[in-house]
Amino acid sequence: MTKSLNGLPGLYSVVMRTAVQTQFQYRTANYAYLLGMIAEPVIYLVVWQTVAGSQGGAVEGITAGQFAAYYIVWTLVRNMNIVFTPYGWEDRIRNGLLSGMLVRPVHPIHYDLAFFAGWKFVVIVLWLPIAAVLVLIFRPTFDVNALEAGVFLIAIWGAYLIRSLFLWALGMVTFWTTRVSALYELYFTAELLLSGRLLPLALLPGWAATVADVLPFKYTFGYPIEVLAGDLSTAELFLGLGLQAVWIGVGALLVALVWRVGVRRYSAVGN
Amino acid sequence: MPEPTPVDIRVSELRKTFRVPEREAGLRASVRSLVRRTYRDVDAVAGVSFDIPAGQIVGFLGPNGAGKTTTLKMLSGLLFPTSGEISVLGHVPSRRERDYLRRMTLVMGNRNQLQWDIPALDSFEMNRAIYRIPEADFRRTRDEIVELLEIGDLVRKPVRTLSLGERMKAEIAASLLHRPQILYLDEPTIGLDVTMQKRIRSFLAEYNRRYGATVLLTSHYMADVQALCKRVIIIDSGSILYDGGLRELSTRYSPHQTVNVVLGETAPDLSGYGEVLSSVDGRISLKVAKADTSSVAARLLAAFQVSDLTIEDPPIEDVIEQVFAAVPRSAATSAEPVPR
Repeated sequence: MTKSLNGLPGLYSVVMRTAVQTQFQYRTANYAYLLGMIAEPVIYLVVWQTVAGSQGGAVEGITAGQFAAYYIVWTLVRNMNIVFTPYGWEDRIRNGLLSGMLVRPVHPIHYDLAFFAGWKFVVIVLWLPIAAVLVLIFRPTFDVNALEAGVFLIAIWGAYLIRSLFLWALGMVTFWTTRVSALYELYFTAELLLSGRLLPLALLPGWAATVADVLPFKYTFGYPIEVLAGDLSTAELFLGLGLQAVWIGVGALLVALVWRVGVRRYSAVGN
Repeated sequence: MPEPTPVDIRVSELRKTFRVPEREAGLRASVRSLVRRTYRDVDAVAGVSFDIPAGQIVGFLGPNGAGKTTTLKMLSGLLFPTSGEISVLGHVPSRRERDYLRRMTLVMGNRNQLQWDIPALDSFEMNRAIYRIPEADFRRTRDEIVELLEIGDLVRKPVRTLSLGERMKAEIAASLLHRPQILYLDEPTIGLDVTMQKRIRSFLAEYNRRYGATVLLTSHYMADVQALCKRVIIIDSGSILYDGGLRELSTRYSPHQTVNVVLGETAPDLSGYGEVLSSVDGRISLKVAKADTSSVAARLLAAFQVSDLTIEDPPIEDVIEQVFAAVPRSAATSAEPVPR
């Protein structure tokens, strides 16, 4: 087949296909990874369902079925949140792999975005049977209309972009210090509490929910889950998408700025 | 009058100074360095200048730490020079303009750019997208390179299953698909067996002939340099010691040749003809001043029953050693460590 895709769309298409080929070579490893990842939400889910049971069927108005819906959607959103991390940056700088990327006429972020996006398609295919089993076991309550489904499909990619951009910016700290893991741990802890990963944001105390509202984490986790598993109004659905767009803009700007300064430093110091 | 060959690479007074933290070994020094760090300025490249005309292959030689790789990195845009100027194909490399990056390639022997888990052919596709190579050109160049390097079978296997040499060939193929005009090759044959080295050498010579590419090559293998480069630049401690023809290098720095004679009789004393390097079973090697080799050969042929006589230039490694010995090493580092 003759393809004449050129420019960035061409690059994305080729890299995404490459990622799919690569990841399908590691079906077993990917499955083991996915199954391991299921343990975390299942623990949360069992805890909250138990609490709900002991409080007459609901916690702060969230029923056991709604908790099940939340944490099953969680498993997919968590996979959309897998991006190129600062650990990857450490490796890239220490082993000089970045040099190879810098002499190519394309910004390396495109490669990472495309590669991890391609990987998602493999993950989604592998996730479907796991989700089916979880549905059978935990009996979630879903009430999804077409608009919510559509917004969800956009929101999970918005979540992917936000987390990719922010972690790319954080990873670039490696330009200054070759150990960025401590900062990443800090980011990770804040994210765990304020994104909706550990518990639905509705269960946070008021002040913490306010903090979560003004940080990007919520838009990578809690918001896309709520779109499908929660009860957001049409206005809230679109406001969420709008705020995701804002955070994508902020992330892109941050990446551009840190990249400009960081590459200058890298080029001054070498590796 | 013929048109002068255009200059592809122009380097003037290029300098790169690194600030390197340093401390003594041990716990005490480690704790002290928390409070007061000591740095030393190291001139990795200390003001080098050269021009390379289009289509020339130049060998860039020197011991480890001489400044070769740092210079290549500045030429390819990976490092900003501390001072001095570089112009390659009219571009300033450190700006890393896409037009420039599309016209050059940097091959570093120990860096892996191919995707590990998939066949090289798929990585080639990725390069087509990265360099925006039109489909027809891509196929033509890819097939040509695959044929020249004889890697038709290799490129269909996952890269992780290839041997070091096979991978290197695939790496070189990947880095030339966009048909770069400028090639920076840093130890392209490192760790490869002799046959594989030879294959890569003849491939590079053919690529240069076919596309008129300009090549700057570093290698510790003199065979690479002798096979490919008419001109060499020798660098040590960041400064150029020699820039000129490979043949002239030998003339200038090694005024001697070796005359080997095989005599049909018991070896006589030949010390009157030159310095006797060895004498075993009638096979005698003499070190003779270049200017005298013809007359010494003639005298030997006249005086003895000579069954064989050869005249050899000294090995290029020895000549280069002579260069290092002849030129005093410049002080590459500043006198005292500077606390900051």
